[in-house]
Amino acid sequence: MERQKFIRRLLTITAIAISIGLLILFDSILDSYMMRIINLCGIYITLALSLNLIYGFTGLFSLGHAGFMAVGAYTTALLTMSPAQKQMNFFLEPIVPWLANVEWSFFPALMMGGLVAAVTGFLIGAPALKLKDDYLAIATLGFAEIIRIFFTNMQSVTNGPLGLKGLPPYTNMWWTWGIAFISILFMIYLFRGSYGRAFKAIREDEVAAEAMGINLFRHKMLSFTIGSFMAGVGGGLLGNLMGTIDPLMFRFLLAFNILLIVVLGGMGSITGTVISAIVITILMEYLRFLDGPMDLILFKTDGIPGLRMVIFSIMLMVVILFFQKGIMGNREFSWDFLFKPGRLKKNNVEGE
Amino acid sequence: MYILRTDNITMQFGGLVAVSNLNLEIKHNEIVGLIGPNGAGKTTAFNMITSQYTPTEGSIYFNNEDITALKPYEITRLGIARTFQNIKLFKEMTVLENVLVGNHLRVKSPLTMSVLRSPRYRREETHMIEKSMNLLKDIGLDDCINEKAYSLPYGKQRRLEIARALATDPKLLLLDEPAAGMNPQESIELMSFIHEIREKFDLTIFLIEHTMQVVMGVCERIYVLDYGVTIAEGNPYEIQNNPKVIEAYLGVN
Repeated sequence: MERQKFIRRLLTITAIAISIGLLILFDSILDSYMMRIINLCGIYITLALSLNLIYGFTGLFSLGHAGFMAVGAYTTALLTMSPAQKQMNFFLEPIVPWLANVEWSFFPALMMGGLVAAVTGFLIGAPALKLKDDYLAIATLGFAEIIRIFFTNMQSVTNGPLGLKGLPPYTNMWWTWGIAFISILFMIYLFRGSYGRAFKAIREDEVAAEAMGINLFRHKMLSFTIGSFMAGVGGGLLGNLMGTIDPLMFRFLLAFNILLIVVLGGMGSITGTVISAIVITILMEYLRFLDGPMDLILFKTDGIPGLRMVIFSIMLMVVILFFQKGIMGNREFSWDFLFKPGRLKKNNVEGE
Repeated sequence: MYILRTDNITMQFGGLVAVSNLNLEIKHNEIVGLIGPNGAGKTTAFNMITSQYTPTEGSIYFNNEDITALKPYEITRLGIARTFQNIKLFKEMTVLENVLVGNHLRVKSPLTMSVLRSPRYRREETHMIEKSMNLLKDIGLDDCINEKAYSLPYGKQRRLEIARALATDPKLLLLDEPAAGMNPQESIELMSFIHEIREKFDLTIFLIEHTMQVVMGVCERIYVLDYGVTIAEGNPYEIQNNPKVIEAYLGVN
């Protein structure tokens, strides 16, 4: 057993080393367009994990993710932009004095983005988490829209519908993948521990979980707030990667994309989320040719915008039809298949 | 000195009085039964004790402490655990995990420490696993700790539910139809099992049951409900010969 444990650990470390090596390799040989996709993969891993924590593991059907991302993105952006940039952006109405001259470095700004998103999540969760299922989804969706409308109208803080331009491009591979790795590790250890089990128990049966002495409201709030924090950090990364943000970016569609990743990957599976975040982000980019003109021998099209999303919908339907529980269900990747061939051990998180 | 006492508790759903003026008095270490025809309000009585419902009138005392207005999880913390009539296991979790969840309420480390694996949390986790393994061994489920709960046969699911309830360190255990769906052989095993856990964990047991063999065999005292009204109370012999009980169960012409 000891030897097996050692081999597992060795394999995990090797796998992590290989993925870091690959990332460094990509960073040095790929052009900036490709690197942008790889960065997006990292960001989407963090975002999808945060939603999986709330929805897949704790069973809280929340559609408010775009709102928390917006909060994180705006906070990080406003804290990292230089005073000169801010002055250029806010030409309709001057920026509020307490924000005009702040310029933080990236990490504290990112953490602040996460914190503000977590506080927002806490304030929204307190009333909304008394609801369940579809009603919770509607309420959180409503709150996310409220956040967006607020941002559209707070001209002197967020520059309203004009958005913010010229964000310092701090986000690079180290940030996106570093935070993705931390998120993965956090999730693995959380769900190996007692709190993770309590979250899953709430997903399985609320009445029984409460009868087991689990304070439902406290645990739901914990999960929701941590999820909001991660969404805020992901939003901050996204903003500084894009270099420009505006309220329209954070519409329901963005929350839907993340939900798509979680459902396709498997609700309650960290491995599934990571795989599907990478696959979907890459496909989103590489299927762009479908939107452009195509020569299909029999007939020609001169570009149907949105065909990409048709393909995505078909994919989603295929997955729902053939793998009801997503690619991974609620299984996790582990090295067990090396020791017990042909069997993925269920529910045991072992390495990435 | 009663471990559980209810003082005229009444539960009304709109115009329907599901339970009216129920007065229970349960002493430490007793095994008490609650019987009655279908729809008599037995499960409602349980739900009031565990605070899934708040009684419309009356109060409930546990060790002389008023628990009427507490939340269900607070009641479990005080030491009342229950099982459910329609089994409510955490289906997608393993047998061991199900029991471990029952230990969660005693975890003192905060969430961050559980993620960072602080020494104190590790101690708590080791203790938790040891305790759960012992419990599963006692209950005879130690051969399937890594199976998903839904894959267990019915009888084992019932036992797992009891194990999970015991993991919360209860003083009073409420069993809602523990023998439902069991064959006669399993029912006999269940009876000795109930006696066993009472001795071992110094429990007081209050149970709802339809199988008369189990009720009469295991209970020291029995309350009988009919249409929410307590129609009889006493030891099994008294109950069997009570004309009102016979009337409620068999009817008279």
